[in-house]
Amino acid sequence: MTIDLTDQPVTSLPQEPVISARDVRVWYGTTRGAIRAVDGVSFDLAPGETLGLVGESGCGKSTLGRGLMGLLPDGAKRDGEVLFRGQDIFKLSPKAAYRLRGAELGMIFQEPLTRLNPLMRISQHFEETIKQHEPRLSKDEIRDRALEVLRLMGIPPTRYRSYPHEFSGGMRQRLMIALALVLRPAFVVADEPTTALDVLVEAQIVQILNDLRRNFQTSLLLITHNVGIVAEACDRVAVMYAGRIVEQGKVADVFKNPQHPYTRELLRSTISLSTTGLHYIEGAPPDLVDPPDGCRFHPRCPEAMNVCASKNPVNLERPGGGRVECWLVGPEDEIPADGKQPLKQQELTVADEA
Amino acid sequence: MPTKPDTSSETSSLVEVRDLSVHFELRGGTLARLFGRDSGTIKAVDGVNLALRPGEVVGLVGESGSGKSTLGRAFLGLVPATHGSIHLRDQDLATLSRRKLRKLRSVVQMVFQDPNAALNPSMTVEEAVGDALRVHGMKSARDRRAGVVEALERVGLSPVELFLSKYPRDLSGGQKQRVVIARAIVLNPELLVADEPVSMLDMSVRAKILQLMLDLKTDLGLTYVYITHDLATAKYFCDRIAIMYLGRIVEIGPTEEIFAHPRHPYTKALLAAIPDADPDRMVPRDLPRGEIPDAADPPLGCAFHPRCPEAIAACGWESRDLRALVEEHWTRADAAYDEERPVIGDLEHLDAPSTSATIGTGGSAAVRAILDRIKDEDTSEPLWSGVTSIEDSGSGVTVHFEPAPPPALRRSGGVEVACVLYPDEGTDHSRS
Repeated sequence: MTIDLTDQPVTSLPQEPVISARDVRVWYGTTRGAIRAVDGVSFDLAPGETLGLVGESGCGKSTLGRGLMGLLPDGAKRDGEVLFRGQDIFKLSPKAAYRLRGAELGMIFQEPLTRLNPLMRISQHFEETIKQHEPRLSKDEIRDRALEVLRLMGIPPTRYRSYPHEFSGGMRQRLMIALALVLRPAFVVADEPTTALDVLVEAQIVQILNDLRRNFQTSLLLITHNVGIVAEACDRVAVMYAGRIVEQGKVADVFKNPQHPYTRELLRSTISLSTTGLHYIEGAPPDLVDPPDGCRFHPRCPEAMNVCASKNPVNLERPGGGRVECWLVGPEDEIPADGKQPLKQQELTVADEA
Repeated sequence: MPTKPDTSSETSSLVEVRDLSVHFELRGGTLARLFGRDSGTIKAVDGVNLALRPGEVVGLVGESGSGKSTLGRAFLGLVPATHGSIHLRDQDLATLSRRKLRKLRSVVQMVFQDPNAALNPSMTVEEAVGDALRVHGMKSARDRRAGVVEALERVGLSPVELFLSKYPRDLSGGQKQRVVIARAIVLNPELLVADEPVSMLDMSVRAKILQLMLDLKTDLGLTYVYITHDLATAKYFCDRIAIMYLGRIVEIGPTEEIFAHPRHPYTKALLAAIPDADPDRMVPRDLPRGEIPDAADPPLGCAFHPRCPEAIAACGWESRDLRALVEEHWTRADAAYDEERPVIGDLEHLDAPSTSATIGTGGSAAVRAILDRIKDEDTSEPLWSGVTSIEDSGSGVTVHFEPAPPPALRRSGGVEVACVLYPDEGTDHSRS
């Protein structure tokens, strides 16, 4: 198995997006007030495209994934518009949403062992999943479809009647992916699918995710904190900070030429084989009950200007394609006089550290 | 690189591990125990030699199940040694009584992976860090506080008053890990065993905690054992690296040499598995198949051979590899699983490791035909080179493999490596 580097990003094709999210918001109610975990997020996802969603813990990336699926806990509210094949899935009845989940919207979780029923054979997992949505299929047809997906995940048919505990961690994650894909959903959210795995197995799973678009034509929202995985498995990337997507675009563009200081700092603080000096972002992500005025990154931003602390940045066309929200990019005419002076920052100490 | 002591000079070592083995007996069910049936041994650490020089940072790198954490714990006497010795100066940690061990822990301390689990949720920062001083006999509360304040300042938790009365739940991940480090250095140890100290932390603070540990090393003259699965941080942090696989060191040497010329195929695989954010540096890669095998039943020959992309005839092929190969064949799109399965029959009996494997229920000729088909699918599969003969046996065939011993660590260039691809270079058997 090798990665095909000549792969053309699917974005170049003029296709209707599978998912079109506009101004999505998710709040959690707490005694201190509402936590605005996702606060006005918009993105499109083309058929067969993989969008990587990166950011620090607590930036709202998992909440966004669950919000799209309609899997939020009690006490959470969501708002905005998410068009799936022209239909707003946020406005569906619970019954219609249930029918859509699994069949058209799939989800892959972080901990495969907690998501598989230890008392059920793998065959039963597939029977249950498929019967929910296609009750007329016979057991043999179910078996054929399951074996087909399992084969693509590298799980031999001899293991079809095994129990989850008989599989290793990487195999279980392959099972989870197979279960999510057996109904051929058009859109899948994968929430940190490799975080619980070993390095070599993680690389194998990344390769499987990378092959998805060729084998299944599935659009994937890949949530991860690892920018390296985004570079390897995604067509486009959305960088999230404090509930907002601050920069999005093609992976090669964004990583080679980051426009938002947060993207740049996040890339620099990643330790890779080419690291020659340690670099880190001072401070911690803000409290989302009461986020900072203006740009939410300004207290930690090494290039903050006066305008950043007072005015919300404008969502702009990113130079080189994509979107970005940063006053450094513009628009010039909305920056007040002396707004470009460097901001006098409070010094960040360990007390503010993440 | 921040710190590189001259590794060539023969300095006396701080800790010397000789031929250390840590085996855990697996207890079967009540019946198995009643009838005295042995239910197996997990060789978590198996014949490891390692010497730590003062002021050195040694990395133990491997996947989960490689024995790196067990070896790290052995430095503190936290796991019983089955065989071998761990000499800290003139004392053998492997044979010391618990009481003497406790005294010695002021010299050797540990930083744990998960700061949430390593801190008692009902102890304030002052209690957590001061507790180590109390256990080691510091009776005066005022002295204890002075020690705690100094340690907290050293790890950057200042102003100290802000943190002394805080509980772990009030702290961020990075701050908690700082408290764990403060607790480890408050007794002025000489050796710090850090077990994945940054892998639970957010990307943005990992570098900061690593920098803190490097600063502490210089300020306090510490020696580190850095346990990790991540070669990228090890490259930055360590002077010497030992790559572990299934309880053994498979390659050990100076960091520069390991990264410039990785020799063992497992080291190469670990290096290739690190995802890089730089789109220009991405290369197609050949990943090893499968996962780390069961330590209770390690593969025959070289433990890495079932996954090794460079395996040859002399690696120790066996029955389980044949099972994996047949099953892999059935995951291919054009494989006729439904027709072939009855001919091959069950494969479960192949799980008992052996250098001869009997398979097939549908007649020798038919089984041979399937094996030939598998061979034609991928003629470069190294397993076939390890087959000495295939003979008919009942309604199937018996495949005989070439037996091979597990490779020993041998000197190769500037490092030592345990792999049949690197035969002994000379007579230099000095252990590092």
